[in-house]
Parts: sequence; structure tokens; C-alpha cells
Amino acid sequence: MAGIPSRHKSLVLLAGVIILQVVLLAVQIKRDSQGRLLRVWTVGAVSPFERAGARGIGNIRGTWSHYFALQNTSRENEQLRRENDGLKLQVNQLQSKAAEADRLATLLNFRQAQRNVPMLGARVIGTSADTASQTIYLDRGERDGIRRNMGVITPDGVVGKVIESYRDTAQVLLLTDKDSGVGAMLADSRIQSPVGGTGEPLLSMKYIPTDDTVNVGEHVVTSGMDRIFPRDLPVGVVAEIKTGRPFQQVRVRPAANLQRLEEVIVLLTLQPLEKKEPAAPAAETSGKSVGGTAAVNP
Amino acid sequence: MMNDAFDLRLTEAHIEVHKFRSGAIVVSTCLALMLQAFLPVYISKFAVLDLPLLVTIYFGLSRRNPSTGLLLGMIIGLLQDSLSGPTVPFGLYGIANTIIGYLASSIGARLDTEHPAARGALTMMFFVMHQGVVTLTRRMLLAEPEPWFTPRLAIAAAVNAVVAVLLFAVLDRLRKS
Repeated sequence: MAGIPSRHKSLVLLAGVIILQVVLLAVQIKRDSQGRLLRVWTVGAVSPFERAGARGIGNIRGTWSHYFALQNTSRENEQLRRENDGLKLQVNQLQSKAAEADRLATLLNFRQAQRNVPMLGARVIGTSADTASQTIYLDRGERDGIRRNMGVITPDGVVGKVIESYRDTAQVLLLTDKDSGVGAMLADSRIQSPVGGTGEPLLSMKYIPTDDTVNVGEHVVTSGMDRIFPRDLPVGVVAEIKTGRPFQQVRVRPAANLQRLEEVIVLLTLQPLEKKEPAAPAAETSGKSVGGTAAVNP
Repeated sequence: MMNDAFDLRLTEAHIEVHKFRSGAIVVSTCLALMLQAFLPVYISKFAVLDLPLLVTIYFGLSRRNPSTGLLLGMIIGLLQDSLSGPTVPFGLYGIANTIIGYLASSIGARLDTEHPAARGALTMMFFVMHQGVVTLTRRMLLAEPEPWFTPRLAIAAAVNAVVAVLLFAVLDRLRKS
């Protein structure tokens, strides 16, 4: 820097710093690494504050709702809301299974149907610090048994999957993120296609052939093909359909309110979830299944 | 023309370089990052704000040293990257914030940026440039088809400009008198 005029020193420094970061980007792209160590440090430093903040807000809310705002009514309301969430889950499962009587017994209750799938409730304590990615942080981590690639749901539907698990925190990739995907199918016609995020509020159902009939308002459920989520969990509702060749452009509104998540359920298993084939004749579904796990991120 | 140039230099000489209380920059940066990661959980509309960028702009404009500005921008940007999802590789926001930190401190060294209107206008300009750099990086280095302009960008730039005017007034209190 000695030979450089002082007025140009900062410009040289700027160029150097940018080149360094471009090289950093290039290395990541080449090696497909996310620099886990720096992430661990940063997340480790920030998550205690987020956890404390979440706890503080929880306490303030609790104090307010339990002591200031109609003590008994608030508690009753909370209990009813919890019951309502459980009932929503049951109704969704029953609706989806009603057309397939042979599997009705296993889907009366999600927990009963997936008895061997342990679940864990977790609180959302943070989000990604930018608008380009769609992730959330949970207040549970490796110590609670959470590992990478575990599914995350709410009683309303699929939320996403765990992409990083730290000691007391886990990072979840939401279904709306561009890198996200889930094995799915149309609830009525059972046509299978992966559903992926677009970075926008609506999801994209990518491989529905033009010849197949899809209706706005039709429910989309998990197919179980990704071996992360059990079959028939609500993914969303068809919101838009545009014709295209060879595939239709189907946009899906997520069933879970991904903009406002406070509590979620983590499916504590990395065992491939058992896929139970429907009893319907093979001819009815054969030829309609496109993609399956192909576009779903492992 | 000679007089104009002379006057400009006279004006530059009067621009004050602000110093801050010890720890003010570190605390402000950490607070901005934490609020950015924490508040959208409860107020989803908050995601439209980019507090780490606003902090970069403020300290760039106030410190008026391009080297300090770009290094602070780089650190804030890389920390922002590290708190983001897998679609944001390390360096994406680092590069954008480095450039904005450099430009803010360079402009701060030439213009008086204490007036709220000037701060609002500059923030809006820097916000759009920041998004432009992010989009350019995504298109060129990551080969992702990002749109250059969306209505959301215009709204976000305006909202950030308004918040910046208020936030900068609060941060002014951290200056050494």
C-alpha cells in the first residue's frame, strides 16, 4: 500500500475486500458448503438473546392474558384453541382418507396413525436476517433429539424441514424457500408431483401434465414419497392454474400460516416414514405419478 | 468555475467527523442484527426493514472514513449472511454492504448529511443500490434469475427511508458531544 496515493488506498481496500468475498462465494458454490463453523458461532451468540426475548415476550403475554385481560376467559380460550388445533388435524386426516376406506382406520388421528413417530413441540424464536431466504429458528436443538432433515409441521399442515441442528437451536427451511420441496399429490385425483417453494407466499406444483384435470380449491397433501413426511398431511390448496407445455403451472397456497409461526411440531425421526399404498386399482394411479422424490431435496 | 471548486473545498473542510461513545457501533450492530432476526416472528411486516443496512449507512455517513465504512459494511453483511438460510451464501450481503458502507462514507465526506430530508433520500438511494448489488451478484455469480425491480422494492425503499430518519435521530444520541 506504500506506493499507492493515500486518496486511492480506500478504493484499493474496497477492491480487495470485494474480491475476497467473491472468492468466498465461488468456493461455496464449488464445494456446496455453507461455512458451518461461522454459522455455529453466530447462531450460538444470537440464539440466547432470541430465546430470552421470546421468553420475555411469552411472560409479558402470559401476565397480560392471565391477570389483566379476563383471567378465566383467557385460560378457557387457550384450552379451546388447543383443542381446536387437535380437531383441525383430525378433520384434515378424515377428509383426506374418506375416499379410501381401507386406510380409514389408520387415519382417525394423526398421532394414532403415526404412533411410532415421536414428535416434539418447539417455539419459533427467530427468522432469517434477510428477505432472500425463508428460514426460522426453533428453541430446541440437538439436545432435544432434533437432527437435520427432520420434518416440521403444525396442526394446519406442512411447515418445512430441519436444515441445521445446533446444541439448543435448530434452523428450519420453510416450504416457501426456493430450495425447499416436498413430495405431494392432489387429494382428490391422487396425481403426484413435488411441491416447491418460489421465494413468494405461493408454492409451485411443478409436474402436473397438461392433460390432467386440476381445479382451483383442490387440496394438496403429502404423498409420503420424500420419506420425510407421512402421507396425507395437508400441504395447501390450489390457488392458480396456468396452462403450459408439457406441464401446467399450478400455484398452491400453503395450508400452514408460514408468515406467522409461533409454535411448531418436529417429527423426531430420520427413519424413512412407511409409505402405505392405497388399495385403489393400480391402473387408476399408474401413469399419473410424475417426479415423486426426484425434485424433492433430500 | 475556480470559485465553485474553491467553495466546495471550503464546504468539505467544515464537514465534521463524528465520534461515538465506546461500544456504540458494536452494540448498535448487534442490536440491529438481533432485532432483524427476532421481530419478524411476531410482526411479519417488520421483514420489509433492513436494520443492518440502515446501521451500515448511518455509521458510514457519520464516520466519513471510506476504509472504516467498507470494513464495517463487510462485517455486518457477513454476520447477516451467517444468520440467513441456505439460499444466501456467505458474501452475498457481505459484498452489498461493503459497497454501501464505502459509498456512504465517501458521500458523507463530501456532503453534509445531517438534514433529515438528505438522510431519507440517501437511504432510499442506498437501499435500491444495495438490492441492485444483491440482484447482480445473484444473477452473475449464482446464476439465479432475480428480477431487477419489483413493486415491493419501491415500497421497502420508502419504508426504510422513513425508518432511517427516525433511527438516525436516535443513533445521533450515541455521538460524543
